[in-house]
Amino acid sequence: MSNATRPLHTAPTFAQGVWLVSNREIAARLRSKSFLIATGILLFISMGSVIVGSIMSQNTSLTKVAVVGTAISVVEQTQAFDIVEASSAEDAEALVRDGTVDAAVVPSTNPASLLGITVIALDSAPGEVLGALSVNPELAILEPAEQDGFLAYLVAIGFGIIFLMSATTFGATIAQSVVEEKQTRIVEILLSTISVRALLAGKVLGNSLMAFAQIVSIGLLVSIGLAVTGQRVLLADVGPAIVWFAVFFAFGFVLLAALYAATASMVSRQEDVGSATSPVLFLVMIPYFMVVFFNDNPLVLAIMSYVPFSAPVGMPVRIFLGQAEWWEPVLSLVVLALSTMVVILIGSRIYSNALLRMGSRVSLREALHK
Amino acid sequence: MLDIRGVTKSYGTRQVLSDVSFTVGDGRMTGFVGANGAGKTTTMRIILGVLSPDSGTVLIDGVPVTASDRRRFGYMPEERGLYPKMKVAEQLVYLARLHGLSPASARRNTTNLLEQLGLGERAGDTVESLSLGNQQRAQIAAALVHDPEFLVLDEPFSGLDPLAVEVVMSVLAGYAAQGAPVLFSSHQLDIVERLCNDLVIIAEGEIRANGSGEALRDQHGRPRYEIRTAGNISWIRSQPGITVVDFDGDYAEFDAETDAASQAVLQHAITLGAVHTFSQQRPSLATIFKEVIA
Repeated sequence: MSNATRPLHTAPTFAQGVWLVSNREIAARLRSKSFLIATGILLFISMGSVIVGSIMSQNTSLTKVAVVGTAISVVEQTQAFDIVEASSAEDAEALVRDGTVDAAVVPSTNPASLLGITVIALDSAPGEVLGALSVNPELAILEPAEQDGFLAYLVAIGFGIIFLMSATTFGATIAQSVVEEKQTRIVEILLSTISVRALLAGKVLGNSLMAFAQIVSIGLLVSIGLAVTGQRVLLADVGPAIVWFAVFFAFGFVLLAALYAATASMVSRQEDVGSATSPVLFLVMIPYFMVVFFNDNPLVLAIMSYVPFSAPVGMPVRIFLGQAEWWEPVLSLVVLALSTMVVILIGSRIYSNALLRMGSRVSLREALHK
Repeated sequence: MLDIRGVTKSYGTRQVLSDVSFTVGDGRMTGFVGANGAGKTTTMRIILGVLSPDSGTVLIDGVPVTASDRRRFGYMPEERGLYPKMKVAEQLVYLARLHGLSPASARRNTTNLLEQLGLGERAGDTVESLSLGNQQRAQIAAALVHDPEFLVLDEPFSGLDPLAVEVVMSVLAGYAAQGAPVLFSSHQLDIVERLCNDLVIIAEGEIRANGSGEALRDQHGRPRYEIRTAGNISWIRSQPGITVVDFDGDYAEFDAETDAASQAVLQHAITLGAVHTFSQQRPSLATIFKEVIA
């Protein structure tokens, strides 16, 4: 029919449809209090861990030792101790007993003693004191580790936690919003205007942008924090790993988002979202636990850094540890991007087959074949 | 003109639509009537392209409908739903834009429509904070916000209070008066009867009857007559071809096998005295419906 007063319906293109849907997703997230609070907590924890790390690294005070007589020259050579002079071996012992010092160093009464000193401790051998006073053989390390083990552990866990938290919060958000549309049947109106793929792409894009923005702001905050608290050396080491983490996260999250959307589309009620998406949650937890347990195992890390689900954590950790050649993150990224494409194809198939089936849960076989 | 031709659809081994064909004419309010599970919702989803048929086509003015044509449809799904936490006006603007309207005309349409449906003051409220009736009005606004040229509404009147029913009826009639084909399903046969030009009756996935209300009344349901005279009318029982349904001294309600038999009753009554009433009762939609789906 024709009517001059009607506005023209210029059909939105695929891209416009995706854009409109993703904008709505972003607006909905920004309006949700739970999202803002969760983001705030994540930023707070990241910032807090940088500050705590900085305080801890500044408080490495020297070990206090009581020193008697001639032993002082030996102890001073090491420059590793806070020296408290004591008048006699008995005084030094008393200081050890009341905890004023960690150990005492007194001239040896044994003439055969190589160093001519005796170390007195309260209840166990003071490793640090013995180590500093011992004569060490010459040491040659063939392949020096680039990073201190404990620091590597912290960085690995840091990436693991951020990945886990971001992926699960945004994954759950996507899953809920898919079921919300299905449950309220607004999906029928949406699908009468745009294609299933445009709807899925818009949802994945909108939520991925938000997740990515969250990751980037955490990365920036941590970098700024490290710079401000004078941990520039650490920043120089972690910086490239953070950048790669952001890049890997961008792809890895799109993959997870597609999986979350597809699995959620198989159920019709919010109550069932949890059980439907639990396989995906499992996939997200794997990289976290792997990195916690195997961050000192180069082989496991190497495998992790190529498996699509764990690559966003595994590869940045290896880059930080200096275990990765320059081409490895590129190759792993290609693997991740290809698997993301495959998952999106399968996911959109499940999504479009399951989206209009109400009632009981759609089985995976039905969703893939019908 | 909207043409549904030979549409068939099965879910697995269960056939839900078999060879469904009917027409929704320009400017015709067409009622789509059937029992629960008869296939109304599936048919409407297929018209909207939300589902694809196993075979058959949907045509607009003789041309198969395309994805971009479908943006000119206004659709109201059976079970209502809008985003619960989104503001009413925002939601309508979003839907209008998905249908291809510019931001400015999306906003203008939203404002006008909310006023027209009596929701103007609730524009900034979230959908979940509205009463059920108002949610239903918002749902109708969602179907109309992009100035559709075709309306396909699944149970638009369910859950509406009588006042809202009137408002919605007049809005829909307005669309039809502008020449839009309007298809709606309803269980409320009295509303369908009042509102519709055409009727489509579906049962078990098959179209059992379809055409204008008048034509259906002529085709279905034997005409029933009533007569009231000055004197006792008990003689009517012995008239040939007449079955008395109701009798009360000077009043009778009866079925006639032929027109001639009913006319014979009238002529005989006139010879006996005054006839106050003699009329043919049109079968109600409910009667036709029962007969058609039986």
